[in-house]
Amino acid sequence: MKTWLDAWPVFRQLTGSDPLGRGSAARSKATENVVSRTATADRVVQSVCPYCAVGCGQRIYVKDERIVQIEGDPDSPISRGRLCPKGSASKQLVTSPTRVTTVRYRRPFGTEWEDLELDTAMEMIADRVLEARRKGWQDEHEGKRVNRTMGVASLGGATLDNEENYLMKKLYSALGAIQIENQARI
Amino acid sequence: MTSISSASPAFTGRDPDNRLFGPLPDVQGEAGYDDDHPARVGFFTDTSVCIGCKACEVACKEWNLLPMDDSHGARDVIGLSGMSYDNTGQLGANSWRHVAFIEQSRTVDLPMPAVGLPGATRQDSGPSAANATGDSLAHAQQSSVLNAEALSEFDPQTGQTGADKQIRWLMSSDVCKHCTHAGCLDVCPTGALFRTEFGTVVVQGDICNGCGYCVPSCPYGVINQRKDDGRVFKCTLCYDRLTDGLQPACATACPTQSIQFGNLDELQARADARLATLKEQGVETARLYGRDENDGVGGNGAFFLLLDEPEVYGLPPDPIVTTRDLPAMWRAAAAGAAMIVGVALSAVLGSRRPR
Amino acid sequence: MAECHPVGFQWVMEAKARGAKVIHIDPRFTRTSAVADLHVPIRAGADIAFLGGLIKYVLDNELYLEEYVRAYTNASALVSEDFVDTEDLGGVFSGFDPEQGHYDEASWQYEPEEPPHSGSDDPQGAAEQKALEQDDDVKSADRAQASGSGGPPIAAKPMRDETLQHPRSVFQVLKRHFDRYTPEMVAEVCGIEPEVFHQVARWVTENSGRERTTAWVYSVGWTQHSVGAQYIRTASILQTLLGNIGRPGGGILALRGHASIQGSTDVPTLFNLLPGYLPMPHAAQHQSLDDYVADAAGKGGFWGNKRAYTVSLLKAWFGDAAGPENDFCFGHLPKISGDHSSYRTIADMIEGKVSGYFLVGENPSVGHPNGRMNRFGLANLDWLVVRDLQMIESATFWNESPEIETGELAPETIGTEVFFMPAATHAEKDGTFTQTQRLLQWRHKAVEPPGDARSDLWFYFHLGRILRERLKDSTDPRDRALLDLTWDYPVEGETQDPSAAAVLREINGVGPDGRALSGYMELKDDGSTSSGCWIYSGVYADEVNQAARRKPGREQGPVPTEWGWAWPYNRRILYNRASADPAGRPWSERKAYVWWDEEAGRWTGLDNPDFEATKRPDYVPPEGAKAQDAIAGTDPFVMQGDGKAWLYAPAGLVDGPLPTHYEPVESVVENGLYEQQASPTIERIPGPWNRENPSRSEVFPFQVTTYRLTEHHTAGGMSRTLPYLAELQPEFFVEVSPELAELRGLTNGEYATLVSTRTAIEAKVLVTERMRPIKLGGGQVVHQIGMPYHWSYSGISTGDSANDLLGIALDANTHIQEDKVSTADIRPGRRPRGPELLEFVESYRRRAGVESGRVGVNGRDPVEASAGEGSTQ
Repeated sequence: MKTWLDAWPVFRQLTGSDPLGRGSAARSKATENVVSRTATADRVVQSVCPYCAVGCGQRIYVKDERIVQIEGDPDSPISRGRLCPKGSASKQLVTSPTRVTTVRYRRPFGTEWEDLELDTAMEMIADRVLEARRKGWQDEHEGKRVNRTMGVASLGGATLDNEENYLMKKLYSALGAIQIENQARI
Repeated sequence: MTSISSASPAFTGRDPDNRLFGPLPDVQGEAGYDDDHPARVGFFTDTSVCIGCKACEVACKEWNLLPMDDSHGARDVIGLSGMSYDNTGQLGANSWRHVAFIEQSRTVDLPMPAVGLPGATRQDSGPSAANATGDSLAHAQQSSVLNAEALSEFDPQTGQTGADKQIRWLMSSDVCKHCTHAGCLDVCPTGALFRTEFGTVVVQGDICNGCGYCVPSCPYGVINQRKDDGRVFKCTLCYDRLTDGLQPACATACPTQSIQFGNLDELQARADARLATLKEQGVETARLYGRDENDGVGGNGAFFLLLDEPEVYGLPPDPIVTTRDLPAMWRAAAAGAAMIVGVALSAVLGSRRPR
Repeated sequence: MAECHPVGFQWVMEAKARGAKVIHIDPRFTRTSAVADLHVPIRAGADIAFLGGLIKYVLDNELYLEEYVRAYTNASALVSEDFVDTEDLGGVFSGFDPEQGHYDEASWQYEPEEPPHSGSDDPQGAAEQKALEQDDDVKSADRAQASGSGGPPIAAKPMRDETLQHPRSVFQVLKRHFDRYTPEMVAEVCGIEPEVFHQVARWVTENSGRERTTAWVYSVGWTQHSVGAQYIRTASILQTLLGNIGRPGGGILALRGHASIQGSTDVPTLFNLLPGYLPMPHAAQHQSLDDYVADAAGKGGFWGNKRAYTVSLLKAWFGDAAGPENDFCFGHLPKISGDHSSYRTIADMIEGKVSGYFLVGENPSVGHPNGRMNRFGLANLDWLVVRDLQMIESATFWNESPEIETGELAPETIGTEVFFMPAATHAEKDGTFTQTQRLLQWRHKAVEPPGDARSDLWFYFHLGRILRERLKDSTDPRDRALLDLTWDYPVEGETQDPSAAAVLREINGVGPDGRALSGYMELKDDGSTSSGCWIYSGVYADEVNQAARRKPGREQGPVPTEWGWAWPYNRRILYNRASADPAGRPWSERKAYVWWDEEAGRWTGLDNPDFEATKRPDYVPPEGAKAQDAIAGTDPFVMQGDGKAWLYAPAGLVDGPLPTHYEPVESVVENGLYEQQASPTIERIPGPWNRENPSRSEVFPFQVTTYRLTEHHTAGGMSRTLPYLAELQPEFFVEVSPELAELRGLTNGEYATLVSTRTAIEAKVLVTERMRPIKLGGGQVVHQIGMPYHWSYSGISTGDSANDLLGIALDANTHIQEDKVSTADIRPGRRPRGPELLEFVESYRRRAGVESGRVGVNGRDPVEASAGEGSTQ
């Protein structure tokens, strides 16, 4: 009975220390139960902002294998926990509803996108790499050995990880592809 | 019989019994919290170091999961405002932080470069150069977005530009002021708005019924209704984060510490020191806004250091809590009502007088 | 900096609060200007004139740090008698071949000591390499950048005059070269009043010296010019004279614009580089490993160990297959033979020479200048793989690009097969970014990527796996390299994601015992060590992922060396030996950073010394010393062959040993300093899809500069698609001054059309006094149009693409385009739609006397302009 009455704001207002009902007496059930979603996250993962090259530290909060919050990492001596608008929006980058998460395929002279299985796409790309490599192969150029193909080119963004750039350069070089470029030249 | 006049202390805000006005040393205690409640917290927004990056706007939206202003999401139909870099416009139900951009300029008398014709007027390289007379230039300047007349002297701190024209670009992140006397809170009939144990003012979404009384009651025009929802929304000073010992999202993100969060008394001391430093450096136009507990709202939980008049930033120069005169009005109304009752009673009683 | 690196800018604000002066030099008034002590509006493209003026001021007033200049620079070296400066050749240096547009650098060399000796183990090989460097194909392949992490080799020790008085000493050459860069000339060329120039000069010099340092910070506002490399050279000369390199609070800081753009050059996906700034082998020069290392063998400085770095790389790539008997598989590496950079490749695509293209997190349709040309390239491929998060314009060009509307492209004519492969975000994969201060920071994977989204590591690992599987029985020698690759990375989880840590460890390298190396000093040229990128060696020292270290900054001193890992050897300031005087003492107490501890017999200080720890300051190399042993105890610049900072560059730059002001390719101004209007070495890619606006043309009377806004990111793929960012800057706009608005009848908030010889685009207009006409000394007024370049048709915030307006003309040193300055016309109202747009732009070309830009199907063949419409002048 007492509990029920206590839950009634007017009762609290009339009997408590908040006669105008603007503070403690007005607290709702949701307010009493409020909790920040960083507190309820399953884990916090330390990361780095993917936008500019300042390299601000990020803390990524994960709940039920979904990212619930990304904010600045106060431990970082570079950023001291702060983020710019882009860094602050980076959860949206990950969870954007317009993000494309399936393979899309446009056939030659096609007018529509089509669906394609990931594995199929990988095999098709491998076919095309071999064919393009063969088509553009040069043993020699102006009398000098070059062992290369001019059939395959690549352009990477500068949000690639070092490890990714490394595998790319390694694989392309072994294939003989030399027109390998990056945003770093832009 | 109570006499009511405009000279009444109740209408000048000097009524010592008026709990809706004037300095209030313990807002939480006033709102019924025990003596061991946490210290009152707030924001000190130092606009002299704001770089207008809008991290506060985004961090706020990310944390509070606010909709895009034009929330349909496919394309932004609002488009460019044409008002400097401000495309948010104002605080609202979906924008709890808003960075204002104010462009100001003034001409200074720098000598002409040593080479070239002394005193030569500007010559444009374009085809219609000859038309660029002084008058048309003045006209052009008037039609530019800044056109904010310099309301005061420029500060050495921000006014320098190395040429014959000085430009100043003021930026300021506005937010709910979390007033000591909050009109929104005073008028809320449902108890949806409440004073937290931190001294902040928060809307409880599970209580608000969208009546909208609070909207006109805010002297700053902060609180607003969300169109597709009906309820009102505004800055909560990240109440949920505070309960977890975190700082509000905007202050956490702010790269230059323009937005500082902390205990209000500490922030006030810091702001006073910052103001003194700026004054020392000759920034005569610097001032604190919302710092004075004797102002019309009893001082703000979120206050500012400005470099120009408040109006320049779109802030009311002399805000007064809309409920300041409520007690006096109630008393007047009560007196009137008593009089009516008295008259009626005496009429009745009188009528019952034996003949 | 406040605009594009807001969080980094906190340190500038902190310095300012402690009394530092902040000067912002920029054509427009930005967020940085708003909080700077001084904003200096400069005409875009005039920075060498401005910096040259500062150099002259420093030299004339003897404000350089003399001891530093004498000890640490090449000021005393004598330049060859054959060298002729721009002063005497109308703005061109000696050795120019106008037909090829190349310089022969022979006359730029030092005067050698008698008798000349190269110090090389293989003098003949080195001499051959030297000669081959003048080969046109080699020159066009960007040899200069191939020496990126160190100096280019110099043939011999120079004669020196320690008094710096010899007329051919570098110091005197420098003085004469910059003599015409007077404050009046700065006003004339840059539009900066002498009073303002003097203010800057005073502040910079008053804050340089033993007690104080000045830092210069730049971004692509310096690199994206036809003389971009020389912009940075000019700043280097100034900073070296002032003694501001290798010292705390000094330096020239490149603020790079992408999370790992530094990493993308260190571990390059660039045509002319192998990991660690080793040059890509060139067909004309490098048929064998011996050829390849001949230029460095036995030379001074750490480049003297080039063979060890190269062999270790080959061991990392080809493992057991690489041995001394087969030149460590050097022959497996493909050879370059000229410029194969991305713009050249686009032109090759239009000509049908390229079959397949991978776009990996890059959106050239929007992010590269001349979007139309880029899209024509994509339309002429056999196939295209796009790996990205959102459906970017470079994936949808075949049915949504502006050329669909004009009729130049149609889905029915485009045979390009497009694979859109969804990518993982930064939060969905492990790996390192290298940020702008060479700091590697490890990211831990937070969640798995959704659906078919995969990391690029996954994609390339599995593509390689499939290709190797396909070819496993091949006996074709050309497949040998692929089959010899070490490609056995452990995989993790359901999606078989390769371990990024294993890749990082391979980059670090291992020794004969199979343990991770602690740094590149351990690398050997006998095949007993491996390292995928020698400068990164040490990132996995002690078998610990050093990049993942995260000791909170507040628990560390002013140099937080236990947060992440910086190359080389976790040194946070490069060349920090220079923070001490020649005797090894700090220049001042205030600026103490790294110094010689005589008692301990080693260098010590706040940072890891960028010097051999026990090399005494009084060490003098013995005759015949090699590599690092040839570097004296007073030579801080250890990657240079001579250990010196170069005020004059006898080699390494293709456009001159000293910076010279040239006007941009497209300029509205006549070069006020020299007869030569623009740089003579500019690289052009002519075609109907890449016309050039004539300089000083009445048809294109306004200067345009491009830039970013805080609210968006580069080509917009990571920002236009996000609601919270899109609403902050909801559509494409350009910024113009009230004066230009008046001149052209432009209205704030309304549309304007901008026109160049490439195309016409429309944008909303923001009229603002933050843009200002630049008044030059001669009275000419230059109107500049500010154009942020984030937009295109996709996403939430949309508009025409600024880059469509720009042409492609390149700095021959770097193959980087000049897009910080170009010309255009601007007029009120929206642009014509459909085919009318083509005629509209063509009419501009005709008026400007420019060749037709009409093209055939998919942009392929030029089409004669239809006769009779307007006259060609």
